[in-house]
Amino acid sequence: MRETRAFVWTRRIVLTLLAAFALTPVYVMLSASLKPLAEVQGAFRWLPGRLTLRPYLDIWHTVPLAHYFVNSLIVATGSTLASVVVAVFAAYGVSRHRFRGRRLFTVTVLSTQMFPGILFLLPMFLLFVNIGNATGIALYGSRGGLILTYLTFSLPFSIWMLVGYLDSIPRDLDEAALTDGCGPLGALLRVVVPAAVPGIVAVAVYAFMTAWGEVLFASVMTNDTTRTLAVGLQGYATETDVYWNQVMAASLVVSVPVVAGFLLLQRYLVAGLTAGAVK
Amino acid sequence: MTVTTAAPPSPAAEAPARGPRRAVRLRRAALPYVLLLPALVLELLVHLVPMTVGAVMSFKELTQFFVRDWGSAPWTGLGNYRVAVRFDAPVGQALLHSFLITCGFTVLSVGLSWLLGTAAAILTQERFRGRALLRGVFLIPYALPVYAAVITWSFMFQRDNGLVNHLFHDQLHLASGHPFWLIGGNSFAALVTVSVWRSWPFAFLCLTAGLQNIPRELYEAAAMDGAGIWQQIRRITMPSLRPVNQVLVLVLFLWTFNDFNTPYVLFGKSAPDAADVISIHIYQSSFITWNFGSGAAMSVLLLLFLLLVTAGYLIATTRGRDADA
Repeated sequence: MRETRAFVWTRRIVLTLLAAFALTPVYVMLSASLKPLAEVQGAFRWLPGRLTLRPYLDIWHTVPLAHYFVNSLIVATGSTLASVVVAVFAAYGVSRHRFRGRRLFTVTVLSTQMFPGILFLLPMFLLFVNIGNATGIALYGSRGGLILTYLTFSLPFSIWMLVGYLDSIPRDLDEAALTDGCGPLGALLRVVVPAAVPGIVAVAVYAFMTAWGEVLFASVMTNDTTRTLAVGLQGYATETDVYWNQVMAASLVVSVPVVAGFLLLQRYLVAGLTAGAVK
Repeated sequence: MTVTTAAPPSPAAEAPARGPRRAVRLRRAALPYVLLLPALVLELLVHLVPMTVGAVMSFKELTQFFVRDWGSAPWTGLGNYRVAVRFDAPVGQALLHSFLITCGFTVLSVGLSWLLGTAAAILTQERFRGRALLRGVFLIPYALPVYAAVITWSFMFQRDNGLVNHLFHDQLHLASGHPFWLIGGNSFAALVTVSVWRSWPFAFLCLTAGLQNIPRELYEAAAMDGAGIWQQIRRITMPSLRPVNQVLVLVLFLWTFNDFNTPYVLFGKSAPDAADVISIHIYQSSFITWNFGSGAAMSVLLLLFLLLVTAGYLIATTRGRDADA
């Protein structure tokens, strides 16, 4: 493409504005997290008047942040592992076999992704409470229960994206393995899964990120001991005051693991999306 | 999703089987179901059972007295639905208001996200210095956990100590006084801004991937014919992106329409009237008034609406695509 001057300038201006839009909240998060409380409560200033690392020490005491961190880690890892493992088998079945009900299955998986979370929240809440009441199994307020609710969105997404990815892997590969005497399970685990690593990584990262950021189920299905970061971060606001510097410090701390993971695996994510969603 | 005609299992795999052929064939026929079994069980557990329960709930008068023992709640037939759609009474009126707000919010947010994503994807199509870094920067809003990012926005929108009022009033002198952003009429604009900020990177990501599938020869041929860069974008890039756009716009629509996380973190438990989107509205009418039957009925109505729109959209866009082919 031959680029004209007008095009190059349009590009410069538009991309600069977009980068500023994308980065402003990140800058605010960082700069406010380094300010003393009095300064974040006064009029906004772009540059901190006095730098302090105090908020980064205080965040762990104002609310039990480490505890919430562990809870988020358990729930996000649990729901990611469960949905990816189950999805690999299901996607292999759908991608490599023709069987009665295949179309019904794919349509169901696809359509459950569009259902609003609130649709599942109310009945699940009611079911959890009633199951606990009748049998004594405490699903409501437990991490296991929360993982189960997260499968409502991570499972169909994982299956859908992996079917797309497995479809892009040549069939000859697993057929060769079958000829060499591998069973179907051996072909899946020894040949297809290794070839699908980029897709699986993309799906796992995506499922983890979604679970890490989920608010709706977490706000209803958790209690003081099982609270995740999504709900716990609200603890920095008291009746009278909001510790904005601590809120920003905590937000930054909980963002680092997922943003770092995302940017490191960006290549895989684009590859996974190209094969899965964009087809 | 492609559904091709049944491909016969490879004969090569069948050859070494020495045992009775029927057992082999049976095993082969059962195999896909075995692979699917865990997924089917979980789907049943997390989707089918809750949806059935939700549908049943919507026909019950399920107030706080029955939450712990929902079987004993009295049936009310279509009562919950009738209340929800009686638009001249307070409940129905509020639902209609919330629905219209959600529609306006969704159209604005999806349109703007698509526009920004398209602009960014097209402008970063050609290599230039710093492109890889810029792509990383663009994806940050998408990678940040929702609540961390939205809490930051709510800090920026604070009346007295926020960035937005400081920038637009104190520095650029575009606004008079320090308005509230998170309560009152401005909250709608605040919600749209945050929503666009969160979703345009996804549009950018999908469209960037879509652009990689356009053969370079097309551009070279167009350049030979004397087409300028803007013309190439209009004649080659945009039409080639149509299949991606078809999926992208639908996905953005569904996400935005159903979005709960952004308004909930931005406004807290009670959203202002101007930004009372449907998911927040249903949540509130369920957990603040503890009327689960009514909330379930509204959820069912919401689902029906989404199914209708999606089906209509798919029929309309697929027919257009077939006509092209």
